[in-house]
This record gives sequence, structure tokens and C-alpha cells, in this order.
Amino acid sequence: MTILYSSLQLGLLYGIMVLGIYISFRILDIPDLTTEGSFAFGVAVSAVMAKAGHPYLGLLLSIVAGIAAGCFTGLLQTKLKIHPILAGIITMSGLYSINLGVMHNSPNLTLLNTRTIFTDFRNLMPGVDKEIVKIIIIAVIAIAVVVLLSLFFKSHFGLCIRATGDNQDMLSASSVNVNITKIAALGLGNACIALSGGLTAQYQSFADVNSSVGMLVVGLASVIIGEAIFGKRSVTLGFISAIVGSIIYRAIIAVTTRYNIFPSYMFKLVAAVIVIAALAIPVIKESVRKAKIKRGGHKDA
Amino acid sequence: MLEVKNAVKVFAAGTPNEFKALNGLNLKLEDGEFVTIIGSNGAGKSTLFNAICGNFWLDKGHIILDGEDISYKSEHKRARRIGRIFQDPMKGTAPHLTIEENLALAYSRSKRGGLAPAITKSERQMFRDALADFDMGLEDRMNTKVGLLSGGQRQVVTLLMATLVPPRLLLLDEHTAALDPATAEKVMEITKRIVERENLTTLMITHNVKSALETGDRTIMLDAGDIIFDIGKEERIGMTVEDLMKKYSNKKHEEFDNDRAIFS
Repeated sequence: MTILYSSLQLGLLYGIMVLGIYISFRILDIPDLTTEGSFAFGVAVSAVMAKAGHPYLGLLLSIVAGIAAGCFTGLLQTKLKIHPILAGIITMSGLYSINLGVMHNSPNLTLLNTRTIFTDFRNLMPGVDKEIVKIIIIAVIAIAVVVLLSLFFKSHFGLCIRATGDNQDMLSASSVNVNITKIAALGLGNACIALSGGLTAQYQSFADVNSSVGMLVVGLASVIIGEAIFGKRSVTLGFISAIVGSIIYRAIIAVTTRYNIFPSYMFKLVAAVIVIAALAIPVIKESVRKAKIKRGGHKDA
Repeated sequence: MLEVKNAVKVFAAGTPNEFKALNGLNLKLEDGEFVTIIGSNGAGKSTLFNAICGNFWLDKGHIILDGEDISYKSEHKRARRIGRIFQDPMKGTAPHLTIEENLALAYSRSKRGGLAPAITKSERQMFRDALADFDMGLEDRMNTKVGLLSGGQRQVVTLLMATLVPPRLLLLDEHTAALDPATAEKVMEITKRIVERENLTTLMITHNVKSALETGDRTIMLDAGDIIFDIGKEERIGMTVEDLMKKYSNKKHEEFDNDRAIFS
């Protein structure tokens, strides 16, 4: 039961981050390393604000922080024409200092006995198991984000963003400013990522400036797992599959560590292996196919 | 009305590879005029199109569309009034979006959508009707991803995208060159129909000299970044490929055995 609860909680919690990665990686077609800074940015902002007695304002500011981080990377990419990967790395490095600054130069911060969105709702629903309360809060937020994103990507501006990752030339030929769509998409993606960070800090009652290390690969692994189940179809289904992928990824981690298949510190390596395997499968399939053709050719000769 | 005044564009200036792609070119198109452009590789045809569309700025000279100097406007701003189709059918459409979504993007030229729904019901019907007009059965595949269409079908979708909101200027950059002869003819026929119906001011690059002389109102030939012939209505009537070749070789004081030497 604890495995189920924790997988659902963490899966939904980090699922919101995976939505952000889905936007940059699948829709915009850029692996955005800003993630590695913006997640902790959300963590830091939300934790500091909660500590000051404003957990909700903290979550709101997490979103703002994520938008700022993403738009900054977007500006580097478009206005200064810096390579997309490098632009993300630059923002990520810079954010490390900013995050430490936000947390008053302390690498971590504990929120024990601090009011958070989770303690508030637990008091509101006294009869309900506190783990269930957590799941409800996170699920409601995650579903709300999925619904909002799905609606957004059905709008005109959303369609422009989808075309940005698909055929930029055609988009500017249709009189759309590609720089704006890129910046907006990165801002939106990182808003999800930082919100996920902000919720995580309040969920764990703990903020760690290093919490976003390896987040991008974990997110990619979740996206890939989701796509393995749902396939690549509509954008709405893509968002749902990102969340489901995240839950399954957390379940895999929970089960393997619970039964001592490997220790918990391995979970980022698992993510890395999943991503490599998923990216390798098409290549391997292709070479198997070629090998078959070659063998067939020899038979004919 | 389009006016290109004294256009100069030099690539890799100041290096041993310096190349004058446009060399003081002047061109004027009246409203509704359909001009075909011929010329060998490197003559400056595509450079001229790129300059008009704003892929880069001219080193010298001006581009004036409908009386407004657009020389320093950004590409996407110019695109509101200029439609362009490339040789490569892959270039004009977004492969992972459906036909309908691609058309909706192109249609956005006429409106600023923002957060309004990307496609309304009435637009959906309008796109269908416009595609049905081409008689290629594409109207029944509105929700097919464009990446699954053939080159010719994609080029037809691109053509519709470029003209859905009639542009002030239509640029066709060898847009049938990558298609098989039958499809090329069909796409060309559709092109002519749209240009005529909307009375579009059009520039068309082609390597097919015969079709250049048969299409539109006027043919110009580019060589070394400038216009060497501008063949208007009367002169063009009855002109054959051989006539043109003779004119060219006389002008260049060189003999070419066949058009391959020039146009390959």
C-alpha cells in the first residue's frame, strides 16, 4: 500500500515537471537543460515563502520563477542565437547561484512545523487518511495543469508553438514570429517544472538546492515510458501519457528499491538507462532489418 | 506593385570567395503582373527571392511593396503580404500537423488569433471547400498528418496555404521541379488558376524555358546578378526556346550548343 501511495504521490508531483519536459522535448524538439535549474528555483522560492508564512503565494511565485527562467533561456536562444543546449546550460549554471541566494546561502532548508498547502488541507479534511489527502491535492493540481495545457495547445497561439518544433521556416512564412513562440514555449514548460519543484518542497517539508540534478533525464524517461504505452498521437494524449509515464517510473523505482533489487541512489542511473534504451531501440531495429536484407540477398545469389 | 531598386548583395565580402549574387538589379512589377524568371545556377534568382522575403537584408538598394519600403522589415512581418513556395515540398508544411492545422496556421495571416480556438467551424468548412476545388480528394483527409502525403499533394496544400489569404505578392521558387511530370502539370495548372482568379502579382522561377515563355505575361532572364533580358508581351508571343537561346548567345558573344550548357 505504501508503494502504491508513494508512487502515485511522487509520480503526480514530478508528473507536472514531466509535462514541462514534454513541451520542450516533444513539442519544441529541444532538450531543455534549464530544467536542471528551474526545478530547484521553484523549490527555493516556494520553501522560502512558506517559511515566511505564505505557502500559496510561494507556489504562485514558483510559477513566475519558472516562466522567468524559461524565457531567459529562450532569449539566449533567439535574440543572442546561442545553441539551444548551451543556452539551457548557461541558465542552469546561473540559477544555481540564484537559488542559493534565494535560500540565504544555505544549501537546504527544512519546513518542519511550517504551514504548507499539505498541512492546510489535512486540517480541512480531518477524517481522511493524510496520505490520501496528499494524493488528492497533487492529483487535482496535476489534472488542472493537464486540462489548461490541453486547452492552450488547441488555441491559435498553441498551434503556432506546435508548428515551431515541426517546421520553423513554414511558420515564419505564415507571418508568425518564431522567436516569440519559442520563448513562450520555454517559459510555459519551465513554469510547469518550477511549480512541480515548489510543490515538492512543501510536500517533503524540505528544500535542497541540489534537488534538480538529473531531473531532465528522469523527465525524459517518464515521457518515453508514457509514449511506450499510449503511442504518439494527439497533444492532449501526450500530456496524459507524460503523467502516467511519471507514475510508472516512480512505481518502478519504488518496487526495485523496496525489494532491494538496487539501492535508492541508483534511480537516476535507471532513468539514464531507460532513456538510452528507448533511443537505441529504433536504431537497433533498423540494423536488424538491414542484416535480414543482407542475409536474404546472399541466399538469392 | 513591387519595385526592386538597385539591389546589391555580396556574399563572403572581402574574402577570396567573394561572390556578387545581386549586382545592381532593378525590377518593377505592376499590379497583377505574372513574371517568369529564368537563368543559370548562381545567376541570383533565389537570392532575389530571399532578399524580397527578408531572409537577409540587401547590402545596397531598396525593396518597395505597394509603395512601402520594406527593405528593413523582418521576415515574418513581410510574410503577411508575401506568399512563397519552395521547390522542396517538405519546406512549406509542418509534417506532424494535420492538413487542417497547417491551413489554419496559414489563415492566421488574416487575423491575430491569440488564445482563441485555432480552427472554428466555419473555417473548417472553408478549408474543405477550397481544397475540394483542386479535385485531388484532399478535402476528405483534413485530419491526416501532412507528413503522410505525397510530394505533389504537399505542394498543393502549400499552394493553398500561400494563397488562402490572397498575398500582395506571390513568389514561386521552382515549385514544380521536384514533382513528376504529370503532377507538375497539375500543380502548374492549379497555380495558373489561382493567380488568375485572385489577380495576384506573381514572380515564378523555373528552369523549364518552354514553360517560362508560355506562362504569365513577361519573362526575365538573370545572369551574374542582373537582368540581361526583359521580354515583354509582344516580343514573347511566338518566341521559341531556340529564339531565346540565340538571343542569349548573341548577347554573351559565346556559342552554346544546347540549353543544357546554360541551364544545367
